[in-house]
Amino acid sequence: MIRTIVKRLWLVPVVLVAWELATTAAANPFFPPPMLIASRMYEMWFSGPFLLTEEAVDNFGPSLVRVVGSWGAAVVLGVGLGVALGRTAWLADYIDPLVEFGRAVPPPAMLPVFLVLFQMGTQVQVATIVFGIIWPILLNSIDGARNVDHLQTDTATVFGLPRHLRLFRIILPAASPKIFAGLRLSVSLALILMVISELKGSTDGIGYLLSVASSNADMPAIWAGVVVLGVLGYAFNSLFLLAERRVLTWHRGARGTA
Amino acid sequence: MTATTTLARGERLHLSRARLGKLVRHVIGVAAFLLLWELAGRTGLLTWLPTASASLARAVGLAFDPAFLGDLLSTLTAAAIGLPLAVLVAVPLGLLLGTVPVVEEMTRAIVEFLRPIPSVALIPLALFAFQPEINAKVALIVYASAWPILINTLYGVRDVDPVATETLRSFGFGRGSVIMRVSLPSAAPFIFTGIRLAASITLILAISVEYFVGGAGGIGAFLIQASTGIGADAMVDVIATLMWAGAVGLAVNTVLLRAERRLFRWRFS
Repeated sequence: MIRTIVKRLWLVPVVLVAWELATTAAANPFFPPPMLIASRMYEMWFSGPFLLTEEAVDNFGPSLVRVVGSWGAAVVLGVGLGVALGRTAWLADYIDPLVEFGRAVPPPAMLPVFLVLFQMGTQVQVATIVFGIIWPILLNSIDGARNVDHLQTDTATVFGLPRHLRLFRIILPAASPKIFAGLRLSVSLALILMVISELKGSTDGIGYLLSVASSNADMPAIWAGVVVLGVLGYAFNSLFLLAERRVLTWHRGARGTA
Repeated sequence: MTATTTLARGERLHLSRARLGKLVRHVIGVAAFLLLWELAGRTGLLTWLPTASASLARAVGLAFDPAFLGDLLSTLTAAAIGLPLAVLVAVPLGLLLGTVPVVEEMTRAIVEFLRPIPSVALIPLALFAFQPEINAKVALIVYASAWPILINTLYGVRDVDPVATETLRSFGFGRGSVIMRVSLPSAAPFIFTGIRLAASITLILAISVEYFVGGAGGIGAFLIQASTGIGADAMVDVIATLMWAGAVGLAVNTVLLRAERRLFRWRFS
């Protein structure tokens, strides 16, 4: 156990030490040593009475609420709409080009629409994230719901399964591997759009802190922001993979024995 | 003989008719969407949204606007420089990680931490560290779009049939030539899928960087400039530019998807 951990992680401290030594030796203002970044992070955000400082609470909080809330809204909307559209077979050819076009718009390009509409504030972030990430979810939900095994749906019809059971017991489980593929893309995209929309149209949030640090040319603070966002990205990704494994294990098991 | 050819011809005719029907339904779908959009504007249901006709007219106008075309070209140039550089960086790295498990295990923790960093968080950093701005833009495009190529190369190489590599090795081929003759060709479809994913990332990064450097040009700069206009005019400009952004994204994706199907037909059939 300890042996495998050592084997996997020994390079991390080596890289950190090398980074510290190299940046100290180079003394390039754009690349501060990691110790300096860490002490700035502590001083700015983690030296409060209950670990977090006021600045951290006032900015990390809104960012987290926005990104998690918008992601949740996009998932509900995207999966709901996608399954409904996917199960309506005759609609397929009519809506496909529209969905394809929507997905092809580079997500950050939506931001100015909401800057014109709302100028500033949480609405800008929520709208940008939801409209940016809904496409992969929608597309994959449509695809997943469309390709449910006919044998399964026919069996459900023969047994007179009620509609809601049919949805929750057959269609959603069968479509879930596809849906999760879309969700995986949407997680990292949500964080990207949170950062952009906060850099541009916000007065709080991690992206806002980053833009303040950037306009003060405060390099250690910029690096600190990157580290926090990296940790956040890592955490979201890990949580998502955990949830995916939970939800999809039975599926792999069922497929494996079938 | 004649019977089979007529059958084939009949089938082909049937196929093209099915395809035509599909195309007609595509067109009807788009037309219905535009009509609904137009009605929503005309009836005052969505007052903030310019009508479909006004937006389309503006989009057509943009095609003759030298300022817009310059910006479009600037974004596409950055993407076109960044993507091949990302391939040059990511494919050899992916081959290395995929064929030498020791290196992969050593670096996994670092890769797993670097990968989830939202690439746009690096924009302020890159703008300080790389001058002029075009370098920062290309550097960020390369960094962000290298990831899917790297990961797909890694998985593609791992997926190679071990019998094929062992066979070549037993015939006395060295490690390098086994990689060039077996691993790389059989991983090629995976790598290409990675490149297609990376292409859409290049546009995301290019536009995001352009939001922050007003003077650097690009669709992003054009969009931000348009959004500072007043009221309805600003929205028409933004929506029209958005249509172009979508069209470009769609064109890039379609071309790459077609190329993928054609190059690796043996894999899809």
